[in-house]
Amino acid sequence: MKSRAVLRPLAASCRYKHGVLLRRSGIRWASDTWSAGPAQKAGSDSVHFPGALKSKFTSTMRFQNPAEENAMPTYRIMDADGNIVDTTRDPQSASDDEIIQWYRTMLTVSIMDLIAFEAQRQGRFSFYMVSAGEEGIAVGSASALTPEDVCFLQYREQGVLLHRGFTLKEMMSQLFSNKDDNGKGRNMPVHYGSGKHNVHTISSPLATQIPQAAGAAYALKMQRLLNPNVPPRIVACYFGEGAASEGDFHAALNIAATKSCPIVFVCRNNGFAISTASIEQYKGDGIASRGLGYGIDTIRVDGNDIFAVRAVMLEARKRALEGDCKPILVEAMSYRVSHHSTSDDSFAYRAKREVEEWKRRDNPITRLRKWMEKKGIWDEDKEKEARASIRKEVLREFSAAEKVKKPPVRAMFEDVYEELTPETRAHMKELKRIIEKYPKEYSGISEYEGGLKSLEE
Amino acid sequence: MSQGCRSLRIVASRSRAAVRSYASLATPATRKLNVPIDFGKTPLLHHSSKTIPQTPELPQGGSTTRLNLCQAVNEGLRTALREDNKVLCFGEDVAFGGVFRCTVNLQSEFGPDRVFNTPITEQGIVGAAIGMAAEGAKPVVEIQFADYVFPAFDQIVNEASKFRYREGSTGANLAGMVIRMPCGGVGHGALYHTQSPESLFCHVPGFKVVVPRSPSQAKGLLLSAILESKDPVIFMEPKILYRAAVEEVPDELYTLPLCKAEVLKPGADLTIISYGRPLYNCLAAIEAAEKTAPGTSIELIDLRTIYPWDRETILNSVRKTGRAIVVHESMVNYGVGSEIAATIQEQALLSLEAPVKRLGGFTTHTGLAWEKFIFPDITSEFAVPTSICDFGF
Repeated sequence: MKSRAVLRPLAASCRYKHGVLLRRSGIRWASDTWSAGPAQKAGSDSVHFPGALKSKFTSTMRFQNPAEENAMPTYRIMDADGNIVDTTRDPQSASDDEIIQWYRTMLTVSIMDLIAFEAQRQGRFSFYMVSAGEEGIAVGSASALTPEDVCFLQYREQGVLLHRGFTLKEMMSQLFSNKDDNGKGRNMPVHYGSGKHNVHTISSPLATQIPQAAGAAYALKMQRLLNPNVPPRIVACYFGEGAASEGDFHAALNIAATKSCPIVFVCRNNGFAISTASIEQYKGDGIASRGLGYGIDTIRVDGNDIFAVRAVMLEARKRALEGDCKPILVEAMSYRVSHHSTSDDSFAYRAKREVEEWKRRDNPITRLRKWMEKKGIWDEDKEKEARASIRKEVLREFSAAEKVKKPPVRAMFEDVYEELTPETRAHMKELKRIIEKYPKEYSGISEYEGGLKSLEE
Repeated sequence: MSQGCRSLRIVASRSRAAVRSYASLATPATRKLNVPIDFGKTPLLHHSSKTIPQTPELPQGGSTTRLNLCQAVNEGLRTALREDNKVLCFGEDVAFGGVFRCTVNLQSEFGPDRVFNTPITEQGIVGAAIGMAAEGAKPVVEIQFADYVFPAFDQIVNEASKFRYREGSTGANLAGMVIRMPCGGVGHGALYHTQSPESLFCHVPGFKVVVPRSPSQAKGLLLSAILESKDPVIFMEPKILYRAAVEEVPDELYTLPLCKAEVLKPGADLTIISYGRPLYNCLAAIEAAEKTAPGTSIELIDLRTIYPWDRETILNSVRKTGRAIVVHESMVNYGVGSEIAATIQEQALLSLEAPVKRLGGFTTHTGLAWEKFIFPDITSEFAVPTSICDFGF
């Protein structure tokens, strides 16, 4: 019996006419409407229902029960003591120097977290979110990307930014919302973004970035279709297991699969969404089990094992770009050692003992450190030196950023539209009039670059 | 979206003939005002290319083709797809031509990589479009009915609207992104095939909100939204006009300015501001009113872009006439008319000779049996200006 033959041609099936991309006639396209399928043959063991092409008939009535299935395994390369367990591959796939750099990046995230968390507690800036326990997912996955790959983040992926070259100065400028902030002081702290590093600005609404990332991946695929000289690029999209309950997660995975988008979805499953434990978040086998339902290649990985995360991400990136492209789902398991944010005291909903246990038992930073020490490329002295120098640098950038002026008041009105509307110009004029009339009520204006002058036409 | 809604949409698309018959139900001879608009004669449409010079913004002297509104939208999309490789066209059922035929033959010309169906997920459609635009594509997406845009509200309000603002100096923005959606009453659309949610979009800055009234306008405004606008655009197409409004449309690529109103008919005693479908009723009501009170003349302005709107043209007109009514199909409460009326009263108070009046849909849902009473009609649009013109005389 003839099956539904669909071609999924990419560049080869398109041609240009007067500079415009046209389809080649006579080719069946993946997205062509299903039409006139083959007739059902008598005695066939399967039926061509358009909704499930490969389903066979059965005379056994069996409800498939997820509880009877084994949970998807968690891939790892090294154990909690830094011993290699997957001996089939070179765990490194990178030089010693690079690995030391990853380690230093993880340390930087962790040290910056402590300083920034404390600074927020002192009221130096308004908000902060730490990454403790999840540094390995961020740095390991980022190490597998090219600088041209595009990233969409949730908010707990500082390691991705630092690995891509986002500087401590940029980070501190964002936290203090000063005039050097890429976001012009408009977003809450930790909502980083950088056009230079191909990282779109973080926004607070959960999961909204997931369908956006799918669309961005489609655009990257189209860029290559229109110009094969463009290097292949993917999108890496990060989110937590809690965000995966949003409708946007569903929308995104379904669109990415049906439109064959070169994207790797990275779910950080850290066991908690603020106070909600994963047992209250879903009943299935984590997030990974859902990938299969969308027709997406999926893997679960030990997020505390930076080698495993990197190896999985390298393979995911390769697969995402193969043929007509496709999405991949990676569920990286970890534990949120930290409080959810500076506005949260997590001991209100979980035992301090449990957290201490995780800190002691397993952690991506100590795991890699153990491996490096066994290999003889790291020791206590290097550790002390690294911690001291990173701490010094973070504090230097922290102090410098705190002294920088706020962005001009004018920036409050700009970029809503490309151009200021007449209504906005009137608002600017009005604000200026009020401040001029009551200068004492607005004495802080001098902290903003250009002071009142920035509101002039 | 439930399967029920989806089948309703298909029913709606298949009952196009019915739409027309509803609109042209035999009118009792006693009616003088509430008679059907004769779209074949209304001066708001270019029935021959000879009248095109009356709209100086349109290209002059070139060839034209007679198109209805959905054909003009189709022509606009085709022109944009030809003009720029970055233009992509997608949504639910777009591939076979769309339930209103606005995307007909586009997939066969441009291929399924540029014109395609998506799964039924409004939040996914708009979310994906944001990501595409952020990476330099120009996604022109379709929400099958404006009534179904609400699942995408978060993506529109929190994401797309704020995108350039929050990206700051990173430079990413959504220029070229357009969300098309059929809107407004059709005579039998009931609760979920009649809504006009434009004022909801206007309460959040970031999008330009455009409503065309005619085929030539639809093509020019759509091309402007896709090819020229540096900001994302919500493009609301009055679906009752898809087949009813037919006129000569210039064949070449042309754009019409966004954020600029058009004075359709000059007048001295009253300004009526409207957009989309009610403009036809307004003109009929104006003709009747001017006949009833000889010597009065009423100015009619098509807002075209609902937000950011052309304050200057409206305020100048009201300063001249001293009276104003804003007319729209969507509900009167917190509607577009409220914003315009408040602005007029704030900035042209000393010119006013009567209170600014809002005339919109009644504040209720669009119950199927009463659609003809809910939206402003020619009678209400006659009655209100008449009473306003009486005011203070």
